[in-house]
Parts: sequence; C-alpha cells; structure tokens
Amino acid sequence: MLELIRRKMKFQREADPNWAVELGKRPGCERIFACIQCGTCSGTCPLSIYMDFTPRKIIALVREGFRNDALSSQTIWLCASCYSCAVHCPQNVRITEVMYVLKREAIKHHLYPKRFPIPVLAQEFYEMVRRRGRNSEFWLVLRMALKTSPLSLLRLARPGWELIRTGRLSLRRERVRRGFELERELASTREVI
Amino acid sequence: MFESNGAPRIGVYVCHCGTNIAAVMDVYAVAAAAARLGGVVVSREYKYLCSDPGQELIQNDIREFKLNRVVVASCSPHLHEATFRAAALAAGLNPFLVQMTNIREHDSWVHADRRQATQKAVDLVRAAVWRVRRHRPLEKGRIPVHPEVLVVGGGIAGIHAALSLANAGRHVYLVEREPTIGGHMAQFDKTFPTLDCAACILTPKMSAVKSHPNITLWTYSEVTGVEGYVGNYSVQVTRYPRYVREELCSGCLECIEACVYREAKFADRFNYGLGRRKPIYLPFPQAVPQMPVVDPETCIQFKSGKCKKTCLEACGERQAIDFTQRERVERIQVGAIILATGFRTVDPRRMPYYGYGVYPNVYTALEVERLVNASGPTGGKVVLRDGRKPSTVGIVHCVGSRDEKTNRWCSRVCCMYSLKLAHLIKEHTGAEIFNFYIDIRTPGKGFEEFYQRLLNEGVHFIRGRVAEVTDWALDPSEEGRLVIRVEDTLLGTVRRIPVDMVVLATGLEPREDAQEVRRRFNITCSTEGFFLERHPKLAPVSTFTDGIFLAGCCQGPKDIPDTVAQAGAAAMEALALIDAGFVEQEPNTAWVREEFCSSCKTCVALCPYNAISVPAETGKATINQALCKGCGTCVAACPSGSIVQNLFEDEQIFEEIKGVLAYA
Amino acid sequence: MSHDAPPRRRGYLYFPGCSLKATGVAYEESLQELFRLLEISLEELEDWNCCGATAYMSIDEGAAFLLSARNLSLARRTGFRDLLAPCSACYLALKKTQDYVQRHPTVREEITGSLRRAGLEELDSIRVRHPLEVLYHDVGLERLRERVVRRWRGGPLACYYGCQAVRPYDEVDVPYNPTRMDELLEAVGVPTVDFALKTKCCGGSLTGTIHEVGLRLNYILLKEAARKGAEAIVTICPLCQFNLDAYQAEIRRSAREPVDLPILYFTQVLGWALGGEFKALGLHRAISGGPFLKRWFTARAEVETYV
Repeated sequence: MLELIRRKMKFQREADPNWAVELGKRPGCERIFACIQCGTCSGTCPLSIYMDFTPRKIIALVREGFRNDALSSQTIWLCASCYSCAVHCPQNVRITEVMYVLKREAIKHHLYPKRFPIPVLAQEFYEMVRRRGRNSEFWLVLRMALKTSPLSLLRLARPGWELIRTGRLSLRRERVRRGFELERELASTREVI
Repeated sequence: MFESNGAPRIGVYVCHCGTNIAAVMDVYAVAAAAARLGGVVVSREYKYLCSDPGQELIQNDIREFKLNRVVVASCSPHLHEATFRAAALAAGLNPFLVQMTNIREHDSWVHADRRQATQKAVDLVRAAVWRVRRHRPLEKGRIPVHPEVLVVGGGIAGIHAALSLANAGRHVYLVEREPTIGGHMAQFDKTFPTLDCAACILTPKMSAVKSHPNITLWTYSEVTGVEGYVGNYSVQVTRYPRYVREELCSGCLECIEACVYREAKFADRFNYGLGRRKPIYLPFPQAVPQMPVVDPETCIQFKSGKCKKTCLEACGERQAIDFTQRERVERIQVGAIILATGFRTVDPRRMPYYGYGVYPNVYTALEVERLVNASGPTGGKVVLRDGRKPSTVGIVHCVGSRDEKTNRWCSRVCCMYSLKLAHLIKEHTGAEIFNFYIDIRTPGKGFEEFYQRLLNEGVHFIRGRVAEVTDWALDPSEEGRLVIRVEDTLLGTVRRIPVDMVVLATGLEPREDAQEVRRRFNITCSTEGFFLERHPKLAPVSTFTDGIFLAGCCQGPKDIPDTVAQAGAAAMEALALIDAGFVEQEPNTAWVREEFCSSCKTCVALCPYNAISVPAETGKATINQALCKGCGTCVAACPSGSIVQNLFEDEQIFEEIKGVLAYA
Repeated sequence: MSHDAPPRRRGYLYFPGCSLKATGVAYEESLQELFRLLEISLEELEDWNCCGATAYMSIDEGAAFLLSARNLSLARRTGFRDLLAPCSACYLALKKTQDYVQRHPTVREEITGSLRRAGLEELDSIRVRHPLEVLYHDVGLERLRERVVRRWRGGPLACYYGCQAVRPYDEVDVPYNPTRMDELLEAVGVPTVDFALKTKCCGGSLTGTIHEVGLRLNYILLKEAARKGAEAIVTICPLCQFNLDAYQAEIRRSAREPVDLPILYFTQVLGWALGGEFKALGLHRAISGGPFLKRWFTARAEVETYV
C-alpha cells in the first residue's frame, strides 16, 4: 500500500504557455481560450468514460501549457472524431480539431507506447495511400495486426470468415491507375500553420 | 455679424492646468503671443482656470475691461465648457461668446518637444481668437413639457414607476397589453431569496394602481402610434374589446360560473397550457382589473351566433357583457414615456437535445412555477404529466444562456430561481433534487446565504453543463425514466443520473416584437436586442431619445429588486423632466434660410432624428428645434447651402481654419 | 481560378471511397441499383484516390487536405455539378477540405501550390453531396412514393445516422434530431422507430484497434434499437454498417444476450420498395440477421403494382 502513495504537484516550470498560444493559432483551434470548462464535451462524448483525461481536461491542460500530459494521454487516441463535442460546445470550441492537432504532435514526437494500435494503424494507412493512392482493407488490417499484436488475428478469424463468405473481403491491392501525381507532394507536406 | 456688439474686446486665458500643460510648453509665451493679436484686450496665464479664483479672474476682467469675447485655452470642452459658459453668464456676458481651445489633450498630452508644443498652442489660440470674433450671442431654447407621463407595460416595473409618479402628484397612463397587470411576477410562487409569496407582495401594489386617483389604467390595450418629441408626445393607444363593459362590471364572476361550458376546456396562457379555462375567463384570481374577458376564438356566441348567453343572464341587472363591443382608439398627450415591456424566456425547442416537447416530463421553469403555485393548475401539487409525484428531479441551468449558439449572455436570475425551485420542489414532494450548473451566480443581498441554505437542505449540486436528456436506458433502474448524462467536473467523472422530471432553467431574452416596439418609440436596441440605455454605467434608465426612459427587463435581464430600483429611477428622471415644466435646448441647432431653400427635400431623409419636414403651406424645409441635435448632416448635404448651424457657421469655421494656418 | 470550365453533364458523379469497394460493396451495389430504378445516371470518378479518412488527419493535415484536393480537382474536370460521396468519412473529408480552403488563406495557399506542382488544376467548386440529401431534395418524397411497387410487411426499422455525415456540417441533416432517413423510409411505406442513440458514434475504427471499447459502443446501439422494437437498423455509412454487422456473434457471447439484427443500408431498403432484386441490392452480403432477411426480403416476394 505504501508504494501506492505518490506525490502529485504541478510546478510552473513544467508548463509551456507559449505552446498553448502557438496551438491556438492553428486553423480550427482558435477558440481554445474561450473554453469555460463547462464539461458539455465530456458529457456528450461516447468515449469520455474510457479516457484518462476527459476532453474538457485536455483543453484545460493545453491552455495551461502542460504539453507532455496532453500529448502522452490516451484521450487523443480514443477520440473517434465523432464531432459530438464540437457541435455541442456553447463556446464553439472545435475540440475535435484540437484532438487532431495533438495526435499529430504526439506522432511527431513519438509520445505513445510502441505497439499502440491506433497510431500504428494511422501510419500504415498513411504509407499505403501515399504510395498507391488507395488503401486495401485486408492488407491494412493484416499489417497492423502483425505490427501490434499478432494474436488479435485469431479474434478476427470469425468476422474475417464472414466477410469472405459474403464476398466483402477483397485481396486485391488497390491502386490509382495512372500513377499517383501526389506521391512526391505528399512526402513534403507539413503542418499548415 | 462681425461686430454684433461693438468692436471685439477679447480676453484670452491660458491655463497651466498645474503641470499638465505648463510642464510641456511655455504658457507665458503663449499668453504673450495672444496679447499681440488684433482685438485682444487682455491676455493672461493662470494655474487652474477652472477653480473658483480662476473663474473669478475671468469674471472680473469681463467687468473691468468690458470684454465681449472670451477665449479659454485649457483642457477639453467636454470637461469645462459648461463651467466657463456659466462663469461668463454670471458676469453678464452671453455664454455662447466663449470659445475654448484644447491645448491639453490636443497638445501638451501628446507632444514632448517644448518649442513645437508652444508654437502649436500659439496657433490654436490664434484660431480660437479669430473664430470667436464671428460668434453671435445665442439663447438657449425652452420647450414646454406636458405634465403627464405614459408608462408602457404593467409588470412590477411599470407598476412601481406608475405608483412613484402618481404619488408625486403626477397623472400617469399605465397601458398594459394583457387583460390584467402583474406581468411575469404574478406567475411566480415565491420570490428569492426571502421566499416571499410573489402574489402577496405584488397584489397590494396592483390594488394601489387600480385605486390611485392619479393613474389611468388601460388594460388589454396597446400603444400603436407615437409621434412628437420630448415633452410633447402624441400617443395613439388601441383598446381591444374584452366584451365586458368596465364601468358596469362589478367583478362578481358569476358569468364565468354560468357559462354554457360546464368544464373549462381551453388551454390557458397564464398557466402555459397546463391549465384550462372557459371562453369567458379571468386570467388569474387576483387579476386587476377584476373583470373577465371573452375570447372570441372559443366563445360559441362569436363562432355561431347561437348561444344561450347564460353569462349575460347571470349578470342580471347590470348587463355588463356586451358582445358588440369594438376596438377603440384613444389619443393622449404626454411629456415623458417609460418603457417597461419586460422579457420573454428562451424557447427550449431551440435546444432539441434537452428533449422539451419530445419527452413529456421535461418542463420549463415557468411551467414549474405554475405547478408549485397553490392557485395554479394542479393546486400546488408538483406532479408529472401522468399525475405521479416525481422521486428525482433534475434542474438544468443555463438553458439558452452563455451559449454562442443561442444567447451569449448570462441571464442573471436563473441560478437564483433554480435554487428557489429546488427548494420548493423538495418541500412539495420530498424528491431528490439535482442542480446541474456551470457556475453558481449569487451576487445579491442574501443570495449566497440562500445557496448555503440549499446546500444544507441536501440538494445535489453538480458542476457540469448537461449535454443531453435522453430516454436511453442502460440498466433496469433507468427504464422508463429520463437519463441525464453529464460530466461532474468537480468529481472528475462522467455520470448518468436517471430522473423523473427535468426542469429547464430557461434564460431571459428580448420579447419577440422588441424591434417593432423600439421602432415605434424611436429608440435603439443593443446587439442582444434589449432596449439600449444611454450609458451602461452612468445613464441606465434614459435612452438616446430624450423623454423616453427604460425600466425593468426590457433593458436587460435582472431580478425584482433591481427592476424596482430601476423603475424608481426612471420615474424620478421622468419626474425631473416634467417637473421643470420646460426643457432647455442647446442652441447649436440648425435652421433653414428659406430664401435659399429649393425644396429638394434632400435633408428630410438624411436627418437621423426625423427633425426636418416640408410643410405644404410653405414648401420650404423647416427644422424642429426641439428634435434637432446639431449633428450637421443636413448642413453639409444641402445643395443650396441654405441650412446654417448655430455655433458652427461657415464663417466661424473658415476663420478658425485660417487662424491655425496663419504663420504670424 | 480556372477559366475553361468543361461542358455541364447531367446526373451525378460518384466517389466510392476504399470501403465501398471492399467491406461496403453492398452499399455501392444498392446505390447503383436504386439510381438505376430511379433512372438517374451515376458515373464513377475515374482514378479517384483514397480520402484519407481520420488516419491522414491524425498524421499530416496538409497531406489530408491534399488527398481530397486531388479528388475535387479531378472531379471538376468532368463537368458534373455534384459529387456524391456515400461514405460518411469520405463525405466529411471532401467537405472539410472545401471549407478549410475557402476559410483559411494559409490552407488555400498551401493546397493550390501543391496541386500546381503536381500538375493538377486548381481547386474549383463542385458540390459535395451525400445520397441521403440528394434523395431527399433532388428526388423528393413524392417521386419516391409514386414509384413504390412493393408493400412493406415487416416491423419497424431504426434509422441510424452515425456521426460524420451529420456533424459538423449540417447539409445532410440536422445534427441533433435528424429525420430525413426516417422520412424517406416512411415515404416508401416502411415504418420507423425513433431511438435516442441515432447519432451516437459506433466507434469507427476503434473496433479494430481497441476492440473492447469499440465493441461496447456497438452493443449499446444494438441493444437500444432492439429495446425500442426495431427489427433492423438502417445505416448510411459503410463503417457503421460493418461495425454493427460483423461482431454480433461476439456480442452474443460476451454480453450473453440474443442479438441478431440485420444492418441494412438505406439504399437497400428504398431499392427493395422500388422493386430492386435481392442480389442486385447486395442483400446477400449481410452477415447478421439472416432469419429476418429471409423472411422479408426473399427473392420470391411478388412485385405488386400499387394503385
């Protein structure tokens, strides 16, 4: 029991208010400073009950400049981009866009567990589309499962069989036919400030 | 016009203003330079001209040197123009022969170079001297003020304003659109924070209005036309027929009892449709005037012409019911108008996620006020639509307030009335009550203590704005109930709370016809749509239209004590206006030189104060001096240059410009 | 701004997205069949690329916009006025790109620059539409009602709208209480039940990554629809359809509850009422709800002419 006792204190040296201001300049994040912490976002979010920090708390952390807490949270990965929060927010804070910005920052700084499926899936998706212009669902899921937890493929066996049975599983490697003009451009895009 | 009272004898006074002016420029040099200007008889500098000795200095000079013009070079006229004009007047000089020039805000406070600041002041003083030579003596106009006042709206604000004026001996017309006065306050059960019974404190005032000899009460009437200007408003009031003759009705209410409808059938507005009334009805038991009104939409006599008219029979000898009554138009003259038209609550159907109108047991706060009220549709029993008593009630704060999607503002009274309803519902039903809030706003006297009381009564306070009200049940305890899903931000967790009844604390907003009303009275509204006060801090009851005052929630959301205070203030300002008997008019008005007017009517549409008209007899533009505010628009627009503005005549302005630009 | 606009073409340009060629193939089949029955032409955008869905936006915003920008640029060349994107994620990606390019000068600059370097024409306006509102507005309830040939003999269905089609853009339907799908179904004689969760997220890709979380979200939806008496759930998004359809066996096991609801596309239901064939509408591709499908959608059901 003694080992469970931890000291929790936040010092100002951990906070980076400039980061908050920078974030507030990105398209979609303009209203983070208008948040009144009412909690409507968390109340309507279907996934808030699974998050370590509810959406409201993420906005509070971002505003105060607690970058590491925000970027290492599970919250940003659990966000399904359903936009319920953004549509309900009485201050028109576009929380979903803030979540996207935080995801991008976390990936840029590698602030997530190594085999965490969601960023891995995003990255596999990204690579596949960058090279071929389209994604092939079967190969995508296979690659992701192999890179995170191969045992999960067992769980996917039954749904996989059902998909084959109903003709919904395609083994084809989809690609854009004429060559993907954007391949070079996609390699060099950056965060639009 | 040049030497309207002999050759100019000008006194120039340069103020040090302590160190405000003197620290930056050489005031002695400025005074010396002024002394060399043509027409200047005396030129002085002084430390504080606005002080008593400073003013005396000017007054002595006026008398001794027989000055007929004065130039004061000091601060902004906004501050002391009135002071120096009054000083001149006291010394026997026409106040409009005084010109101020600003060498503080326009010079010493914005420049640092001593030589340049001094030179600039010399130029400014010269400009003022050249200008003031062209001034003419002017007299302030006087407009007589009609001694009666109109109060529009018979809620607590209108009632209090009317009584205040009536007690001061003034005659007041109180016009109310509903068949009875009382407004929203008559619908409340108890008022916060004292839990005084609303009707008990309101009805004595309502009776006082009825019986006061100085108040003419017109209910079921509406102001349908306003013309005129401060002190002289011509108002048209349309009196709708209640089909009951006021002078004959004794208020016995036998007619209602005798109506052919044995049972009350029609939804009544006073109870928000929760109760029922007959076609002939009294809005509520303590209505003033205590006489019924007939609704032609539901009365059989009106719909088919073939009713037994048992109501008329019951009325007996008096025969006060008159189905032939028609709309009448009254025309009155008043000196001042007080608008006390009140508010409306936000329609919760604009927020579909709260389920109002979808789930039966979602109520608005005003509906619950009626339930809780002993004279309400359920006799004071707080019950659900199916008659059951609720065992858990959720009160949702900030419905339509503090919300970019509906109304941005805080409606100020909802936290307090939500606390009140929590207390009353608990008292009536013993239910478990949850209040869901963003902040608890309790700024008034006794308000925080009231909150403490509620805390001690065991009401749950959950800090979290309710995201949605739904009938989605996750487990058996939620079946058949309404579930409120909310983040309890203080506990830091999301909660699901099943309740039987949801009460929405709807916010306050301007009435539906606020824009129409404000146009009728020629006042303005703020961006939120409430009537606009002249100054948010220093002039909260007057408007930009002289003679029209505001009281109560039509100016912005507020509770009853603030409403009453504001109503008293409005009554006082109206009284000040009419008590004087006249209104003084600043003479910087415009006037038309008819010999040059070509009747093009360009000026008429441009005047923001509707002060210009072209009467058929003369065909020449004429400017109502009482309405003219001296904005100068018509002066600039007139193609023939026939309009002149006092204190801003062309020669005066040109001389000033020449004076600034001359390099002496 | 390009000057040489191609000649106008009738009908709709169709953007399938990766899903409609794989797990969501029934959506494509039923959409094409429905439009055929309505005699409206539908042409697939040639050489479209993936919209990026949420994955791209999570990694590189500029890249995400660029993917949609290419699609919009290719679409513009065809001369069609409307681009139909049935998949909610594709719809949102395209709409959001158009919106951001219009509202944020920095985005516009970046995207038009990249397009030019890639040899593509600049972005211009083509209307991004969703089949739900196209059927509601352009076709209209009356026209649908007139063409009904089969009478629905089943119970009520629950319309499930999901998230990204109705949020944050509200052209497809209002975000809080959308009813257009319900109205379309009612117009062809199919009764619907209202259920409070009709816009609650199905979890999207979470069922594939954090499986338990995603699964529970689906379980909640299935349970509530069944509780309200629905015999099937009708969807507009291929990912919602897949999530709700593919894991019912697992839900039966873990929640120990008998759930076997067919998850249909609204185009399948409308197509059926208008006389479409079982296989042509992709009804044979359903995983769950077999018994219900056999009972109400058998190929043997006669086609009635309506008076």
